[in-house]
Amino acid sequence: MNLRGIGILAALAVAALVFWVTGPPNQPDQVRIGFVTTLTTGTGVIGADMRDAFELALDHMGRTMGGLDVSVSYEDDAVDPSIGRQKTERLVQRDKVHFVSGFIWSNVLLASYQAATDNDVFLIGANAGPSQLAGEACNRNFFSTSWQNDQTTMAMGEVLNDQVSTVYVMAPNYAAGRNMIAGVERTFQGEIADKTLTQFPDQLDFAAELANIRAASPEAVWVFYPGNFGTQFFQQYSQAGLLGEIPLYSTFSIDALNLPQIGELVEGTQMTQSWSPDMDNPANQKFVGDFRAKYGRYPSFYAAQAYDAAMLIRSAVEAVEGDLEDLNGLRQALARADFQSVRGKFSFGENHFPIQDFFLREVVRDADGAFTTRIVDVVYSDHVDPYAKDCSMQP
Amino acid sequence: MMTLVFEQALNGVQLGVLLFLLAAGLTLVFGIMNFVNLAHGSLYMVGAYFAATFIPWSGSFIVGALLALAATAAVGMALEVLIFRRLYHRDHMDQVLATFGLILFFNELVLMVWGPAGLSIAVPSWLVGQVNIIPGVPYPAYRLAVLVTGLAAAAFLYVLVSRTRTGMRIRAGASDQQMAQALGVDIKLLFTGIVGLGAALAALAGLLAAPLRSVYAGMGEDILVLAFVVVVIGGIGSIRGAFVAALGVGLIDTVGRAFLPRVLDALLSDQIADAVAPALSTTLIYLTMVVVLAIRPRGLFPAPGQ
Amino acid sequence: MTPTTPASRWAIALLIALAAAPVFSALAGQTFYVFLLSKMMILALAGVSLNWILGYGNMPSFGHAGFLGIGAYSVAIMSMRAAEAQGGWLATAFVQLPIATLAAAIAAIIIGAVSLRTRGVYFIMITLAFGQMLFSLGVALEPLGGDDGMTLPMYSTLGPADLSSGPVLYYVVLGLLVLALAGSHRLMQSPFGAVIRGAKSNETRLEALGVPTYRYRLAAFALAGAVCGLAGALLANQGGYVSPALAAWTHSAELVVIVLLGGAGTLFGPLFGALAVVGLEEILSQLTEHWRIIFGPILILVVLANRGGISGLFRARTNV
Repeated sequence: MNLRGIGILAALAVAALVFWVTGPPNQPDQVRIGFVTTLTTGTGVIGADMRDAFELALDHMGRTMGGLDVSVSYEDDAVDPSIGRQKTERLVQRDKVHFVSGFIWSNVLLASYQAATDNDVFLIGANAGPSQLAGEACNRNFFSTSWQNDQTTMAMGEVLNDQVSTVYVMAPNYAAGRNMIAGVERTFQGEIADKTLTQFPDQLDFAAELANIRAASPEAVWVFYPGNFGTQFFQQYSQAGLLGEIPLYSTFSIDALNLPQIGELVEGTQMTQSWSPDMDNPANQKFVGDFRAKYGRYPSFYAAQAYDAAMLIRSAVEAVEGDLEDLNGLRQALARADFQSVRGKFSFGENHFPIQDFFLREVVRDADGAFTTRIVDVVYSDHVDPYAKDCSMQP
Repeated sequence: MMTLVFEQALNGVQLGVLLFLLAAGLTLVFGIMNFVNLAHGSLYMVGAYFAATFIPWSGSFIVGALLALAATAAVGMALEVLIFRRLYHRDHMDQVLATFGLILFFNELVLMVWGPAGLSIAVPSWLVGQVNIIPGVPYPAYRLAVLVTGLAAAAFLYVLVSRTRTGMRIRAGASDQQMAQALGVDIKLLFTGIVGLGAALAALAGLLAAPLRSVYAGMGEDILVLAFVVVVIGGIGSIRGAFVAALGVGLIDTVGRAFLPRVLDALLSDQIADAVAPALSTTLIYLTMVVVLAIRPRGLFPAPGQ
Repeated sequence: MTPTTPASRWAIALLIALAAAPVFSALAGQTFYVFLLSKMMILALAGVSLNWILGYGNMPSFGHAGFLGIGAYSVAIMSMRAAEAQGGWLATAFVQLPIATLAAAIAAIIIGAVSLRTRGVYFIMITLAFGQMLFSLGVALEPLGGDDGMTLPMYSTLGPADLSSGPVLYYVVLGLLVLALAGSHRLMQSPFGAVIRGAKSNETRLEALGVPTYRYRLAAFALAGAVCGLAGALLANQGGYVSPALAAWTHSAELVVIVLLGGAGTLFGPLFGALAVVGLEEILSQLTEHWRIIFGPILILVVLANRGGISGLFRARTNV
């Protein structure tokens, strides 16, 4: 064996490694934020919407917080928990960010959050709200600007109570899908005519299930089909001729991202949500108005939550006057949620999930003929999620 | 109940013909050039994107669809000339690696060209609504059209391969390339043409599926695995096998999803049935394939010479 | 391949550098690279196991990530039980890693027994189908979190330490990787290895000589599954988290890419392949979120160049 050759090569390789691990210099006078979301794959449109909203929020604050410049790196998780984890590790360990935000999917969030929270980096979840993090695994460094998964469908159950006595429920067979169904079942007191769980993630053709629905002829149908699934489901529901026949309710299935494609089919359908573009408060007017002016479309609820996340972070940085070393100060300021939310009122519960209102919305056309949603009714006021009682927050 | 079974069977056949369109191109390329093309799903996707672009542009579903078929065939032939033909004599895994690279490339390319939002194709106005096939069973007219178009394409393929001079050349190319060459068949041109034909069939599947499933990056992979299952069950290289297997897979999948939960509900407690049914219906197709291959390791209709 | 070829010199140099890397990265205050290199080495270990069947044995498995899933979930289940009992023997790595390996081996024997009846493309597809079945099983396993997966309640313990510590895990992984490479070298020199390699080129002749190639191939398949299960058990500890996505076909494809990019059927190929895949992803994804539009064509070019991957590059250079 040629020992000298190996020695030289090893020295070279070590030198390369040392060179490689010397990351970017840490600039002290900067708020560094990592934003982990989905920018590629078939659902990349959601991440793009969140990024646009976050950028708009930065514009609105002059790209500074508490006198410090803000730098944001947007990272793509490709809907893969292990990639999300790796990106979060990099943001925390190498880029030394102060905040991590984003996270569309429960599984990516659950795989990633400890990489931030264990290192006293604050994680501001802007969409996923898994029960674990709201309950037993609640964390002093985790905050959510969205909702807990069960709440929105619990509100839907209440709506259904007022309108029908039997409902046919349908969702994809994965954790969020089953949680959403459980949420409806928690509050709906009528009869569940039938429950269909479709294959996840590769079932996009619902012909068999739609035929079953027709045969069962229930009083109403409720579905949870987020993102692309929603587009496909509503198209097929309409083609099957069920649209006028059996009233259709949904949750997280119709949003500003697919309304341009399916608006015509779903005009008048009702859903529940904690935010709507027509909410009448100055922060929301400014957000929706400027978002439409800058990007030429309505923001989705994902965008609204991302915008709130940016505003929440700024409120904390301002409260400590830019002293990012003051972790306790930052944490207390975050928990106070002292910012103008696009939802009007906004406060955190003990588990750092919002205590907020849930509304019944319906799809309408605006003055220009574009499809959007408007609030019909308030279903819950100041609603606390059902897992909050299981949380004992460490100080 | 009988009408529901009939309707579900129709749904199964409709899924089956869609799978067949995709599987036909795969099995031709497998069978004749001995080439594993993972990127066949990308052609399905590209076809759908082209259609979603050309249909509104031309204002006609048919014209737009034909343009999309031609454009996708051109993409397929370009791939054949630039990449595929250099890999026919290589190990299957090399082909897998290269075409996997193509999948990554195309999925990213459509995101960059058409944006992340995905597209949709509206059902042509003359196919909106339902048809009463038998009284009391309104069936979506568009799904019926998909079914008929798919069957027509299958018939066309059958006639092309078994009754025409081109088909004779294809069959000759499959069984003995040197002999075919000696008889004056331009093998290179023939192979390019076969990939083009496969690409057009994939595009047809993509654009027919688009009004049902919408158009988005990665849509090819969601269906590609099923198409491979069809090819393998049918026997590589066999168009007839692919046809039988596609209908079989379509029926098993649809009927499984439609009736399995009820059957299990009747047999098991509610909770267990709720947990087992979706998992079982997801794996039903794979189980079918494993059973078929365990009994017949070369599929139902192994093509001669394979 | 003997340790004096250029490829092996680079590989050994790389391993020495890997042994030193945590020290340097601690000095530079950059623990992220310990995390990243741990992941790289775990993938290399899985790649080594896949190389035995795909590279040497002509068993092109496209469902190998299924064994990653089995290994990872075995650790998750034992860690759940151990957490309920607040520790105990079930918590130690000396129990967890062997059981995870064994579980994957058993699964591999069952899957291999059916799959090895087929050849070529049929084999690719049937292993893919089995991988997809394992993935669906994970999604359906609600007590283990379904598709959400689950956070490990506790990491595998190793005496006073546990595998949650980056450097501890790092050196465990490095040690196992070196063992696997040494084993790989010995294995392929052995009569067993000769049959596996022979079965690739000349199965009929071996059969005629009375060698039961099916049994040898099944043994190789089981061994590969077992070591991949071990990699899965390490992966669970590296991320502190398991989810069915581990078994998804895209991860099987990633392992295939690692083996082929590094050089199928070469001793150190998987090591080079894992370094290239993890490194390229890390570097390219910082240039653009659309990094796959660069990575895809790189794969195509590697195949078109037909030099036998990265290991082949070294060989080609010495020939000049």
